[in-house]
This record gives sequence, structure tokens and C-alpha cells, in this order.
Amino acid sequence: MFTNFEVKGKKATRDGFGDGLFEIAQQNNEVVGLTADLLGSLKMNKFAETYPDRFFQAGIAEANMMGLAAGLATAGKIPYTGTFANFSTGRVYDQIRQSIAYSHKNVKICASHAGLTLGEDGATHQILEDIGLMKMLPGMTVINPCDYNQTKAATMAIADHYGPVYLRFGRPSWPIFMPEHEFVIGKGILIKSGSDVTIVATGHLVWTAMEATEILEKEGISVELINIHTIKPLDEGIILDSVSKTGCVVSCEEHQRNGGLGDSIAQLLSRRMPSPMEYIAVDDTFGESGEPEALLIKYGLGKENIVAAAKKAMQRS
Amino acid sequence: MDKIKELQDIASQVRRDIVRQVHACQSGHPGGSLGCADFLTALYFEIMEHDPSFSMNGKGEDVFFLSNGHISPVWYSVLARSGYFPIEELKTFRQLNTRLQGHPTTHEGLPGVRVASGSLGQGVSVAIGMALAKKMDGDDKHVYALTGDGELQEGQVWEAFMFAAHNKVDNLIVTVDYNGRQIDGDTDKVLSLGDLGAKFTAFGWEVMRMNGNDMQEVVKGLKEAKAQSGKGKPIVILMHTEMGYPVDFMVGSHKWHGVAPNDEQLAKALAQLPETLGDY
Repeated sequence: MFTNFEVKGKKATRDGFGDGLFEIAQQNNEVVGLTADLLGSLKMNKFAETYPDRFFQAGIAEANMMGLAAGLATAGKIPYTGTFANFSTGRVYDQIRQSIAYSHKNVKICASHAGLTLGEDGATHQILEDIGLMKMLPGMTVINPCDYNQTKAATMAIADHYGPVYLRFGRPSWPIFMPEHEFVIGKGILIKSGSDVTIVATGHLVWTAMEATEILEKEGISVELINIHTIKPLDEGIILDSVSKTGCVVSCEEHQRNGGLGDSIAQLLSRRMPSPMEYIAVDDTFGESGEPEALLIKYGLGKENIVAAAKKAMQRS
Repeated sequence: MDKIKELQDIASQVRRDIVRQVHACQSGHPGGSLGCADFLTALYFEIMEHDPSFSMNGKGEDVFFLSNGHISPVWYSVLARSGYFPIEELKTFRQLNTRLQGHPTTHEGLPGVRVASGSLGQGVSVAIGMALAKKMDGDDKHVYALTGDGELQEGQVWEAFMFAAHNKVDNLIVTVDYNGRQIDGDTDKVLSLGDLGAKFTAFGWEVMRMNGNDMQEVVKGLKEAKAQSGKGKPIVILMHTEMGYPVDFMVGSHKWHGVAPNDEQLAKALAQLPETLGDY
């Protein structure tokens, strides 16, 4: 069904970040890396060991790390900061806002362990608001890749984009299904074309949406599945083209409904093409401890939830 | 002409610029600006090797970061008077469409400003980042930063101080505007800073002191600080100043932290500040 998207094993998206960082550092001498005591969790070891002079350990001091990155960027470096998504955004929002976004610094804020799939550590660490926080900042590019390959490609591509970027990825081992591809910021990817319903997914939920698509297709429903890896700037064309054909849409993301990808799609459709829409997202609540898959199901982000949402969207159209 | 006298004359004009900017828009922060006029004048007209044609990356030159961005009037005056942008532009301070925003920013492209500041506690971290880059690039020039003393109540600065000492960022000279005042009153009453010198020493910094309202001492202090650089420790200067100095009705009171003078007060202040280089 997904001819160009065959599963080739499993790896965490954060591994894609670590490998991508190492590779882009080999190619671009201006790339530097910083972490706030999460070197191993962010898979930055190889980079740090190979390029000790281009790596800065900030300690458990994220606010200072963001400022250091702003200063390094001012001098012409391309800093990649690495810590958990919660500490990459909410904890340091004002530092990002003033020293990076408003000052238009070329800082790459790289954030692991985003969303429910962080798992057992629970709600203190499972940030579900980070996409919203970051996309509200003028000039900030927001990217949420879906698997190892896409995360690696995105990590490398953002070095060539001047300006602040928020790159969000996760902790668990996850199916690798994207072919090795050139990553184009702001360009959505058509995973499968169809005619009855559009499903737009980002991050880990692209895989879940693929599973849901298989179920729907078996029931005779033709699904158009789109991977939006760049939430801002949003690829409006690919979404409008699809919805003009299907007439309804489901958004899927590991994030609060407020402020997430679905929110951006709804804004687009309300302006350009009002259409029935259902959201697969966390509904105004915090997460909790548990295994990633179980958490996705409990919070309504499982494949069966996507199947039901697609049918509901179709009924409304 | 005697260099100190020349710098004092510039500082006097800078102080006129400060009160006139703040008066014109009836907002802004004259107190801390007046107190730091000697320091910024010395820095830009005597100490730093810098290029007013301005490049953002500051390669091959000394760079300065203002962390306590609310004292923008003094920085704007010094930048304009040292050739970064037309002195006439000081008229636009805080007006709609100005490059001279209430708090300094890169957003409107004002030459001389490398990062936005205003939300306190962030500038030292940025300065350290620049200092690290200079070391990486084999650039032997210095990075200067100014922070308020009340600003040291922010936690981020202590993260930054710890980092700079641990990483031997010894091409960095941070000056604290130690005037003992903040918006709500004396720092000792609002939230005591305790023994600042001992705190910096404990954090692994080289601590120096100077009277920030004595031009001779400021120049001497900054030169001594520069001489102390490159020895494995970041340097901090605890610079004792008087908020509002030397305008008699403003000096030493937190009440002029963020209040503009009226017409009468402006005239009274200007009468105490000789016009040395010509008003804009």
C-alpha cells in the first residue's frame, strides 16, 4: 500500500538527530553543539567526542545554554542546542523569545523526548505544548520529523537555513519507513493518495496514521495521507489540494489540540476552504507515566482513534 | 587636550542627550543611564577597539553587550556620538517606526546592537557565547558586558557566572552597575545581594572595583581589567555608581529609575550638564 515507504527496522528519532549532527558537523565547520547535561540522551556523544572544541557542556542550566547559543550565533557559528523538549521550550521561553527569536539568531533548538511517547517519566517531562509555544514566535521555523531518516535529514538541512529553528523529536524506538530523502523545509510529503478523506500527520503519529490507513482501506475507504514535518511555515498547498479533493480532514499529532498542527490546519481551512475536520491530539490534559503505546491509546492517539475520526469527518462532509 | 578631560566632556554631552531623549518622549530610564555615562563613554572612546561601520559578528574587534537594556538612552547616545548612526536619530527615541526602541534590539537593524535586551539576566550568557566563539576563531579581542546590580537577582546570571569560570572564559570583562537601587527601592531592601565580591570570588571570578562616576578611575579600572584578562579567569568589575549622577535632584534615588523629567526639570538638569559637543 505504501510503495515508497517500506519499513526497514526501528530506531529512535533522537538517533537520527545524533547521526545527522555528526554528519553535518563533518561538512560544516561552523556547526557547534551544546547540551544541558543530556549528552547521551540526545545521542550527541559521537559529535562531542569527535569535535571537543566545538562542543559545550552547559550543565543543568538551560537558560544560560540558550544565551550561549545566541552569542555563538552572533559570532557566525551555527549552534545546535540539545536537551529534552520541555527544557528546550517552556523552561527557557523568555530566553528564546528575546535572545534568539526577536534577535533573529541562527540557533537550532533541538528537542528530544517530546510528547506522550517519552513514557514512564510522566507528565513533568511529557511536554505537549511545545509546538504551540514555538510556532507563536515570529520567525521561528517549527519541524517535527516522523522517523529516524527524516530526523537525520532535517537535522542536516536546518544548518543551511539561516534563522531560528525548533526541531522536535522523541525518545522511543520507532519504525523507520521514510526513504533516505532530501529534506525540504516547509514542503509536505504525500505518503499515499486517496479520495475519501485526508489525514495529515506529524511526528511519531505518521506511523500510527499509516496503520490506521491500512485499516480504513481494508474497509473500502480511500485515504490520502500527508506527512507534514514542518508545522511552520505550513505547506498550505498540499493540504488545500488534498482537501479540495476529499472534502474532509483529520489531523494527527502528539501534542495538545490547542496550539498544535491541527490548530494551524484549522486556521488555514477556515480562511480558505472551510471543511469538516477532526483532531487526533491531547485534549487539554496532562499526560502520565506508562508505556508509550499504551499512553497513545489512553489519550486517544491510537490507530483506532484515527480510524474513528476519519469516519466521523467523512460523515460530516 | 588631556584625554580624561576630553572623555569627561563627551560624557557631559552624553548626559544631555540622555535627559533630552527621555524628556522628548516622556518615558524611559534616566537614572541608570546617567550613572553609567562615564563607563560607556570610556569604553567606546578609549578602551575598546571597535569599528563603527559595524559588523554583526564582531570578528577582530572588541564587542560590548548591554544586558540591562533599559538604560538604552546612554548606549544610544554613545553609539551615535562614536559614529554608529546619525546623532540626529536620537530624536526618534521611543517614537513610532524608530530604530531606537525603548529597549535595544537588532530587529530594526540599529548598528551597534547585537542582541535584544530588556528582559533582564540574559546578556552575560550571550556575551559568554561570543567570547567562546572568539577563542575558537583565534580572535584575541575582548568581550565586554554591563549588567545592573538588581539584575543579579535573576537566576540565569549565576548559571552564566558558573559556566564562565568553569570554562576559563578569560576574554570576558563583565561590569556590574553597582548603584544599590532598583525600581521598587534599595536593593538591600528589595532583595539583598549580600557580599557581591565574595560571591563572585566564590564563583571563581577575578573581582575588581572602581568608582564608575570618576572618569580617571573608570579608565584606569578598565585598563587594569584588560591587563588581568587571559589568565584563566573571567573578570568582573563592581562599579560603584550613583543613579542619576550628577544631576542634583536625581542623584542617589531610585525614584528616577524610570521616570522622565518635565520641562522645568529638564531645564534644571541641563543647566548642570555643560553642552560640550553640541546638542542634536
